[in-house]
Amino acid sequence: MKQSAMFLLAALLSIVIPARAFAASADEIMKQSQAAFLYGGADFKARVMMKLIDKGGRERVRELSMIRKNFGEPGVNQKYFIYFHQPADVKGMAFLVNKYPRKDDDRWLFIPALNMVRRIAAQDRRSSFVGSDFTYEDISGRDIEDDNHSIVKDERIGAADCHVIKSAPKGTDTDYGHKLSWIDKSTKLPLKEEYYDKRGELFKVFSADEVKNIKGFPTVTKRSIKNLQSGHSSEAAYIKADYGIGVEDGLFAERYLRQPPAKWVE
Amino acid sequence: MAHVIPLLFLLSSSAAWADVSIGGFAQGGYALGTSSNPDGGDFKSAEERFQLRIDAASGPFGLFLKTDAAWEHAGENADIELREAYANYSADMWDLRVGRQVITWGTGDLVFINDVFPKDYAAFFSGRPMEYFKAGIDGVKIGLYPSFASFDLVLVPEFEQDNYPDGARFHLYDPMPGVTDRSRENPASGTKKPEIALRIYRNIGGFDASAYFYRGFWRQPAMIPDNPAAPSRITLTYPALSVYGASIQGSALDGVVNLEAGYYNSCDDSDGSDPMIPNSQARFLVGYQRQFWEDFTLGAQYYTEYMIDHAEYDKNLPSGFPAEKKLNQLASARATQFLMHQTLRLSFFAFYSLSGGDYLLNPEAKYNFTDHVWGALGGNIFGGGHEWSRFGQMDKDDNIYIQARYEF
Repeated sequence: MKQSAMFLLAALLSIVIPARAFAASADEIMKQSQAAFLYGGADFKARVMMKLIDKGGRERVRELSMIRKNFGEPGVNQKYFIYFHQPADVKGMAFLVNKYPRKDDDRWLFIPALNMVRRIAAQDRRSSFVGSDFTYEDISGRDIEDDNHSIVKDERIGAADCHVIKSAPKGTDTDYGHKLSWIDKSTKLPLKEEYYDKRGELFKVFSADEVKNIKGFPTVTKRSIKNLQSGHSSEAAYIKADYGIGVEDGLFAERYLRQPPAKWVE
Repeated sequence: MAHVIPLLFLLSSSAAWADVSIGGFAQGGYALGTSSNPDGGDFKSAEERFQLRIDAASGPFGLFLKTDAAWEHAGENADIELREAYANYSADMWDLRVGRQVITWGTGDLVFINDVFPKDYAAFFSGRPMEYFKAGIDGVKIGLYPSFASFDLVLVPEFEQDNYPDGARFHLYDPMPGVTDRSRENPASGTKKPEIALRIYRNIGGFDASAYFYRGFWRQPAMIPDNPAAPSRITLTYPALSVYGASIQGSALDGVVNLEAGYYNSCDDSDGSDPMIPNSQARFLVGYQRQFWEDFTLGAQYYTEYMIDHAEYDKNLPSGFPAEKKLNQLASARATQFLMHQTLRLSFFAFYSLSGGDYLLNPEAKYNFTDHVWGALGGNIFGGGHEWSRFGQMDKDDNIYIQARYEF
């Protein structure tokens, strides 16, 4: 009797434990992916060429320097300093973002023509970043706890073995119903993301078009996002990128918004 | 400017510029009044303008030049305007900027308490791009950045007044229209009276906090008649002014909240008994902005000016002069919506004086045709209140403006 009870318990555990482990690991994979994609190194610098392409193929360009520094563990606080080189009418504009988990960002904008620093309201991280198809979340990440994550299947993209993770927002304030992410098992980088609208129709596709190893960090150096409903798409390519460059905490301050140090925005 | 030029030469000969960039624009701007100007003309402004910007940097040194050449149709005159020209030096804990430069601080949206620097109201009311609302100063800015706070110290050797609309193009209220003998007295003439401005700022609990100090002059001239009862001659003068202020701004109530206050000490009228010189004032501003949906932001402000010695002012005001209220209250609202991947911006700005009943409305649509070409169409609508109210006097100056710019 006792033996059979033990056997039953063991059998139950063998069913229950892997299922629980499975559920936990979808969250774990997304955490690892976010750490690899958006938190690599203590700090990071890139010169980014962004192209906004409309349905008719007309291109607009946004060229910027982005400096990012982590404060604490991956998934925790980050500060971003963004300086615009192009187009001409926004050249010299600079942007400071303090990002906190589970709280609205603090954002400041410097407008050179007025020599003015403005604090700007930033409640919606699903908003477009400078008119592109990338949202603020695509640039700086989305809180893992905002979605329910589950592993759908494994699939290959090119030579890369990927987990396919389904993420369904817990709230209703998103512009999509759910998202599928293809996470490379070795680098943990998202190689593809599909956004489905609330009726379940595919409407937006992200793809990592080039991955390079920079100082030991696998880095998505070219990415694109296409809105299938509007026909508009955006591409971002790193012209230069580097990790562990020793960014001082003091960079993320009004002084440097008004007058960015040349070594960081070259 | 004389003090800047030797510095420019020194830098240009001693340093190899690592990075030089050149930019600028060609622009047309035209503002058509809905009724005729006092001089019979139709345009509040009509001009073509060319701007050249040169930016050079070498190590801790920097140079910046921004200069405009403009052809003004309404007045038929050409103008070269040096907008900014300065040299920078940047060290670890301090920096220095010498020359003509624009200084902007304070938290208001077109409401100024501690931003005491020169403004060009003529540019603003006649539909020129917003950057022309701020005028430069010829001076020195020293920034000090110890760890406990940041300091901006601005020294201006020669005071410059605000630029107000021209009576030939705008219907401006004049309390003494019969007196044509007028002279202007510059406070900087004779003995040079400098201006000094200081801002101390730091982050306090996630809020941007600043304290301000200014010693200088009112930038709007006071009209001093030789004899208030029967004036025959008016002197325009710029009375002495000190301002002590503070502001705080940060995330709150699902948006951004700002509070700003300032005490305007009118040093030449410390007992408030001279009605021709502005009385001392306490100014207060509260503002709120919030993003309600993607690319749509709404802002609202409440601003008040409290006259310190109103009883004294009232007692001494000659009969026939419009009396200012003890409390002046102003509300403003701004709505901004971006559309079409942020290439189209629709905005609406409104000022309404709660105490005077006068208003200013400014709707505008701006479209970026390409990365290099934009156009804007907008209007300025004034009205309400009395013929002497701030916006009420310009009741007949409503205008529609169009701007187009090629930027390179």
